[in-house]
Amino acid sequence: MSEVRVLAGTRKGAFVLTSDGKREQWNVSGPHFGGWEIYHLKGSPVDPNRLYASQSSGWFGQLIQRSNDGGKTWEPVGNKFEYDGVPGAHQWYDGTPHPWEFKRVWHLEPSPADPDTVYAGVEDAALFRSTDGGQTWQELSGLRGHGSGPKWQPGAGGMCLHTILLDPGDSGRIFIAISAAGAFRTDDAGQTWRPINRGLKSEYIPDPNAEVGHCVHRIAMHRSRPGVLFMQKHWDVMRSDDAGESWREVSGDLPTDFGFPIDVHAHEPDTIYVVPIKSDSEHYPPEGKLRVYRSRTGGHEWEALTKGLPQRDCYVNVLRDAMAIDSLDPCGVYFGTTGGQVYVSADAGDRWAPIVRDLPAVLSVEVQTLP
Amino acid sequence: MIRVVLPVHLRTLARADRKVELQVDGPVTQRSVLDALEARYPMLRGTIRDQVTQQRRPFLRFFACEQDLSHEPPDAPLPDAVASGAEPFFIIGAIAGG
Repeated sequence: MSEVRVLAGTRKGAFVLTSDGKREQWNVSGPHFGGWEIYHLKGSPVDPNRLYASQSSGWFGQLIQRSNDGGKTWEPVGNKFEYDGVPGAHQWYDGTPHPWEFKRVWHLEPSPADPDTVYAGVEDAALFRSTDGGQTWQELSGLRGHGSGPKWQPGAGGMCLHTILLDPGDSGRIFIAISAAGAFRTDDAGQTWRPINRGLKSEYIPDPNAEVGHCVHRIAMHRSRPGVLFMQKHWDVMRSDDAGESWREVSGDLPTDFGFPIDVHAHEPDTIYVVPIKSDSEHYPPEGKLRVYRSRTGGHEWEALTKGLPQRDCYVNVLRDAMAIDSLDPCGVYFGTTGGQVYVSADAGDRWAPIVRDLPAVLSVEVQTLP
Repeated sequence: MIRVVLPVHLRTLARADRKVELQVDGPVTQRSVLDALEARYPMLRGTIRDQVTQQRRPFLRFFACEQDLSHEPPDAPLPDAVASGAEPFFIIGAIAGG
């Protein structure tokens, strides 16, 4: 029988949650790296026991941890993230130039082909790659150097590269997203990049055709259809059918189109999930009701998923990397909250139950479907 | 031998005791002590000094012989009592945050 392994990164350590395919009874392992912020951890698609974790602290900086046994044991690997060449400057919050400074790794994306190749999205925004299992890291500096970098500026959480999507059918194509610069694409494995933000509208940017400056929160794709992208922006849920060349809004009848995560059903490429949040200054669910919204039509028409989720007095947030979907049938949907809950739905969102209720604030959730 | 006292999270990371004893060849300075520490415990690289700039991390302080040495130049000699091993060199995390 299949198993699932959920990897939860929190403000005070990493937790590994495991269950059989029923996804009803759970074992909880952790905290790993207790007391440290674990922004993200993720497993290799080709070697599921190879995991990478981003471990950081305000005192001791950034570490990268690697496991070769599914998270039972870990070893620190390389943590030298050096920008290529002269780092240059981006915009600070007040519009003045501010030098690029490495702060932390937000997201680790292992290669679908090689367990020793892994990408790291960092703050201040840049993309790094390791091809030796995390021992050494090289910047793919064509992104930061493509020309618009001086116009990038940090969102409230910092100027972070938080989303990395590797096209499963084209090893040269990578999508990334930066708050608050926008989405970018390479078609030559990271040598050259261009912004893909046409159609995004951001009230705080006076130029309606601005190439960069958009606060993209998350992008998702279905592996069977990598040219179709779904985006949760600062405000607005967006869709692209041409690999990001153009975007159109699909917020439809959502109660609010602000939010952070977005994800796609494992077997239905037009079924997508978001968690609406009241506003950019009120980071909690509207009306105190924690609701996942599902669209089976690729956007526009949404249904609230509430069974098993708190429908009163709930004021948690769900961060951008804190939703994941397994590949069982029916697929499991998972998300973690800033209140320390990790919820699972074993039936694609119809009913929910907490796996754990009292972890530290959850920063990220990933899931592995194991044979 | 030079004695270095590590904060708890770095002890855990390095799988080391609270006090670490190091052999330092040549002048005993912040730089030579930290170089020896990182050579023995490579996983500590970047946790005390920035990997690229080699600057002390802002929330860490260096103490010895009841003196704050954090702002001393990295190549300044440490007190004789540290060099002789009579007194330890403390690496201390700021009391801040949760």
